[in-house]
Amino acid sequence: MATLADPVAETAVDAFRDEVRAFLAANFPPSLKGKDNAMSAVEGPTAETPEQAAWRKAMGAKGWGVPTWPSAYGGGGLSREQAKILAEEMARAGAWNPIGGMGVMMFGPTLLEYGSEEQKLEHIPAIARGEVRWCQGYSEPNAGSDLANLQCFAEDRGDHYVVNGQKTWTSGGQWADKCFCLVRTDKNQKQGGITFLLIDMDSPGVEVKPIRMISGMSPFCETFFTDVKVPKTNRVGEEGQGWTIGKRLLQHERTNLSGGGSAFRMAGPSLADMAKHYAGVDGEGRIADAELRARIAKWEMDWRVFQLTALRVLAESKAVGGVSEVSSILKTVGTKLGQERAELIIEIRGMQGLGWEGEGYGEDELHSVRAWLFGKATTIYGGSTEVQNNVIAKRILGMLDHQ
Amino acid sequence: MAVLTDEQTMLRDMAREWAGNESPVGAWRKVRDAGEAAGFDAAAFGTMAEMGWTGIIIPEAQGGSDFGWLSLGLVIEELGKTMTASPLAASAAAASAILLGGSDEQKMAYLPRIASGELVATLAVDEGPRHDPANTAASVSDGKLSGTKAFVAEGDSAGLFVVAATDGLYLVEAGEGVSVSRRHAVDFRSHAEIVFDGARAAKLAEGGTGLLDAVLDRAAVLASAEMLGMAGQSFDTTLAYLKQRVQFGQVLATFQALQHRMATLFSEIELMRSAVEAGLTAIDRGGDTRAAASLAKAKANEVGHLMSRELIQLHGGIGMTDEYDAGFYLKRMRVLEQMWGNAAYHRERFARLSGF
Repeated sequence: MATLADPVAETAVDAFRDEVRAFLAANFPPSLKGKDNAMSAVEGPTAETPEQAAWRKAMGAKGWGVPTWPSAYGGGGLSREQAKILAEEMARAGAWNPIGGMGVMMFGPTLLEYGSEEQKLEHIPAIARGEVRWCQGYSEPNAGSDLANLQCFAEDRGDHYVVNGQKTWTSGGQWADKCFCLVRTDKNQKQGGITFLLIDMDSPGVEVKPIRMISGMSPFCETFFTDVKVPKTNRVGEEGQGWTIGKRLLQHERTNLSGGGSAFRMAGPSLADMAKHYAGVDGEGRIADAELRARIAKWEMDWRVFQLTALRVLAESKAVGGVSEVSSILKTVGTKLGQERAELIIEIRGMQGLGWEGEGYGEDELHSVRAWLFGKATTIYGGSTEVQNNVIAKRILGMLDHQ
Repeated sequence: MAVLTDEQTMLRDMAREWAGNESPVGAWRKVRDAGEAAGFDAAAFGTMAEMGWTGIIIPEAQGGSDFGWLSLGLVIEELGKTMTASPLAASAAAASAILLGGSDEQKMAYLPRIASGELVATLAVDEGPRHDPANTAASVSDGKLSGTKAFVAEGDSAGLFVVAATDGLYLVEAGEGVSVSRRHAVDFRSHAEIVFDGARAAKLAEGGTGLLDAVLDRAAVLASAEMLGMAGQSFDTTLAYLKQRVQFGQVLATFQALQHRMATLFSEIELMRSAVEAGLTAIDRGGDTRAAASLAKAKANEVGHLMSRELIQLHGGIGMTDEYDAGFYLKRMRVLEQMWGNAAYHRERFARLSGF
């Protein structure tokens, strides 16, 4: 690792920082600040402006949307230190990463680990350029928390499979180009009968129906496969290896859903300022509703403790060179606190915090209602709180299965 | 666990080994059964002093090792696991008042004796049953302090009191004008009422207006470290019990209702650890420690309370017997929850500091 005591390395670091600054100055117009599609995974891809498209293409050409992926497959090929400098300089310029989605967060890292050379060359560069949208074909009506119970069947027909069955909760399925899918190739083994397949969403026999959620949004779909032909070259790993590969992908998902990330991502107005605005202040300038004030204080303290814990996990992981076992609690704790915050916002705003649409409500008020409803999913998806508690009890605490 | 230096790791391992081998819960049971007012084993405290633990936060110039508060917290946590009673935390909190507010003469007069373990010092702040440092009636005129302090930790053995008066903190030595009355509390530790009647007092004149807050922060965080050790041990004991107790032909650990309660407790204790370690490191860093200390004590109170209730419930009837150790942890935990502010006190303090 480069240190400041090493003048050669120091020069290289400075040179890279200069390169990043020059690139941002040339390619990121200040008018794009704050204009990313952060909610596009939930609300759908809003039409890209020409400026946004140009920024995506510029980042894609550099591979800097996936800075640490190998450059042989269109990634940035940067060291961790360089990626850190890139992130710092992007934050300084107010620039956002236009390359994202499930391809970046889950599928890409998994394919880099398990895919064949041909598969990597076919799929990774397109993800790195932000040109292909991926969706996840995991859950089924009877395979939610018990995912290994999945029944969607891929029948061997020599050089290809024929897939029949149904997937559900396919996030962004209506906008996706491709689907990474767990299918059953052997009905006699549970986990061992599962195979990891890549399916083109425009293949004949693929039908997608958006599911309208309590939030009014349709971020998830039902996906039906009827006699869908999938070439065997689209199988990642061997037949029956799908459970292993699929679980690895879920680790990437959980890292992104909770991990270090969310502890620092939850932005937005302060609950206390909001409460002072909606509930008023007392003679000493405090939130007038004493009970609400106490609960806001408790939430803020719990949130601070959660952040301290996320920092501790990072520091410990670095020190021991592996994942700290404490990381297993971050998803349950982080999602619980996120939901509590959303509930507090609704409560603070009273009736004004319960608008569905139309006149009389501010944009932010309406947004927080939808976010509150959508956020109920966070303790269900990506391994529900109950499943996480099973994992903690069995894997960390060594408590046995019921016989 | 925070990332420790080699010295800190050695210190913690030494404390763990000593507490486990030389001062297990059985040692506390003997002290408890003896029923002395001081509430600790003087010989064991002497050994702690020989190992240097009484000087961990005291500078080398005054006979300490200057290892810092995280280091002291690690030792206190280990001692908390085995319910080892000692005036280590009380003396350190009092020593911090002298460090932050004392003159060079005062430091040289008292800190070396505290570092060597020869002198037990303690804070005498509260005057009623609930922590309320803003309401202090004790006052000083012509260098004589008068007033009554309630539930003074280690008051039965202390040779030096750091006393909160209306206009600041004062040093008062045990002796003339100081009378000590034992209060026999549920944890069998020393919590004495101290009446000061014209006792000779020397002001801690340095440290400014934030001195009392800074000292109370240190006391609160040390109590939190003890609670962390007790909660961690209570958890381990409960988990081990659930893995061996058989009912309905199953070990209890296989029941999902119990697994999820243990998973919740595991999470809560990890969160508690983050808050307590952050409190200790905030003190080592220096500057304003108020928010970090209130965060640590509030979280320690919440989780310590929950864990001690579950300790009893999950053990069933055996946890209710005096022969079993669970009761020691329950009773001491409630006392520590009250000392230096309960959870509501620290949430209110945090809210005020944050401008809510």
